[in-house]
Amino acid sequence: MKIAQISSVLILSASMALATSAQAQDVTGAGASFPAPVYSKWADAYNKATGARINYQSVGSGAGLKQIRAKTVDFGASDMPLTDDELAKDGLVQFPTVIGGVVPVVNIKGIQPGQIKLTGQLLGDIYLGKIAKWNDPALAALNPGVPLPDEAIAVVRRADGSGTSFIFTNYLSKVNAEWKSKVGEGAAVNWPTGAGGKGNEGVSAFVQRLPGAIGYVEYAYAKQNKMSHVLMKNAAGAFVGPDDLNFKAAAAGADWNKSFYQVLTEQPGKDSWPLTGATFILMHKNQDKPVQATNSLKFFDWAYGNGDKMAADLEYVTLPDSVKSLVRKQWGEIKDGAGKAVAFK
Amino acid sequence: MAATLPASPFPQAQDKARTEPVGEPPVQRKASPWADIVFSLLAHGAAWLVLLLLLGIIGSLLVSAMPAIREYGLSFLWRSDWDPVKNQYGGLVMIYGTLMTSIIALLIAVPVSFGIALFLTELSPGWLRRPLGIAVELLAAVPSIVYGMWGLLVFGPILATYVQQPLQKLLHGVPVLSRLVEGAPVGIGIFSAGVILAIMIIPFIAAVMRDVFETTPAMLRESAYGLGSTTWEVVFRVVLPYTKAGVIGAIMLGLGRALGETMAITFVIGNMNQLDSPSLFAAANSITSALANEFAEAEEGLHQASLIYLGLILFFITFVVLALSKVLLSQLKKGEGSRT
Repeated sequence: MKIAQISSVLILSASMALATSAQAQDVTGAGASFPAPVYSKWADAYNKATGARINYQSVGSGAGLKQIRAKTVDFGASDMPLTDDELAKDGLVQFPTVIGGVVPVVNIKGIQPGQIKLTGQLLGDIYLGKIAKWNDPALAALNPGVPLPDEAIAVVRRADGSGTSFIFTNYLSKVNAEWKSKVGEGAAVNWPTGAGGKGNEGVSAFVQRLPGAIGYVEYAYAKQNKMSHVLMKNAAGAFVGPDDLNFKAAAAGADWNKSFYQVLTEQPGKDSWPLTGATFILMHKNQDKPVQATNSLKFFDWAYGNGDKMAADLEYVTLPDSVKSLVRKQWGEIKDGAGKAVAFK
Repeated sequence: MAATLPASPFPQAQDKARTEPVGEPPVQRKASPWADIVFSLLAHGAAWLVLLLLLGIIGSLLVSAMPAIREYGLSFLWRSDWDPVKNQYGGLVMIYGTLMTSIIALLIAVPVSFGIALFLTELSPGWLRRPLGIAVELLAAVPSIVYGMWGLLVFGPILATYVQQPLQKLLHGVPVLSRLVEGAPVGIGIFSAGVILAIMIIPFIAAVMRDVFETTPAMLRESAYGLGSTTWEVVFRVVLPYTKAGVIGAIMLGLGRALGETMAITFVIGNMNQLDSPSLFAAANSITSALANEFAEAEEGLHQASLIYLGLILFFITFVVLALSKVLLSQLKKGEGSRT
């Protein structure tokens, strides 16, 4: 009896040891929730193709940064790029994976999607509470012939800290001087006005329910829920709508050669959607666990090669090939303890 | 004689043996001293563990909140700006939101729960008592996020259209009151959060109140009825004085839950850091909601420390509430003593 018990305990602990050693081969990442759907889809397909497991925890960009700094994960993910100085301080490298857009959406009776045009200046004034009615002269002057109602603008924004808010406030800081001085940019800011919804779903629930509402959500979310978007004036002075090609145009305008610190808002180019942003992966330059680093890089290499269709299905925009090869070149900076570049092929 | 009697179950020949023990004597229970010691240690350990955990939580909250405590000290309590970009934090808006929503919730929930408990114990016909009691308890089992969604999608619009807008029309031009109902009719804010909280804590308060009302000895109650008391008099003169400790306990249980509720509040409070408008229908923020929304993306340093400081304050508020209820109870007991 006792012997049986002891042996069963032994077997159990042996199997647990086996399980943990198998888990040691797994790659763990944590961070931004915005790219989480595509990362998990890639991980699933990668697992089927190679048998290797990638475990991604969607905990938010801030938490992802904390975890990669503490080295509790093999890679971190953030919607906000770190500046080159910040990267150097923590010994990290960053590279973009996919691109997405943030879309201002409205709910005004009798207004079709894409019927209202806005500039960054006006969008900022609305979010500052300076423009409070839809029939404000400034809005009417920009939208001749559009039946703008005499209705209060119900401003809706994210209540939780989020990369979506970062892209939105970064854009407003670039195009509206008053916004820059009064509010600034960040995942969470001191919003001057408006109701806060939790997550994209919270914002979209508010916008769809409140008459005269304006909010901002991720492109995929706006498209799937058929929300009424607006046209934005871009840096080249053209009014564009949100779609894949316009996000790609914005990404192409960035100078990736210089640095991967690229916030893709208000990019030049007449097709560029001004509220575009890439999402990033962070890894340590000097790896204590080179095997894990190799496995991580293999995964991203595979995703760059095979993941474009999956990303597009989820309404993300993939990187141009030129950027991908730049990223692969940069992977050479990730070294193991002996100073040798970690392999990823 | 022996022949008339039924055969004895015991063999006659062994009569002498009957005084001897039959079969093996029972194994004597060994009162091993160490078993008692181990048990006592375990029981002690369990009790101390709670205290240790409490101290540990307070300690870790204090340590993590230290940067904010050092920066602001107690002025954190009355600073109202919350600006992650400029890295300036103050907790007044959230503290106000937490207290205000809980007060509104109690103002609604206590009378309603009292009515429910009273009905169930004194007035309800027998066949209705059980189903109604179970229904009230089931309400307590609904997850808080469901209340939040319901509040946002169903209750909020109803409140805005049928309560706030008529009130705005009615109070138009009245100096102070009109300010209490001002604002866009969006159906989210302090008042809707308070009402949702009330609905959430009613089952808790009502269930406990019913249970304590039932502990009133039937003799006391029936004597009062026998002396010609009305139901009202029985409840106020007999049942309530007999059960007041339990009733206060029930209310405190509800208040504790209201103070700590997170998910439902996040959905309906509007998450807006402002104190400019005194309106009950204006979006506001609560401690729990701010924590839930901002913690994941909060940067290390002052932002995170300030959020933890808020958590510490909430801890302190619940502690004060608990202490106050104990003081209240002891005061009530003293009052009793002087009367007799």
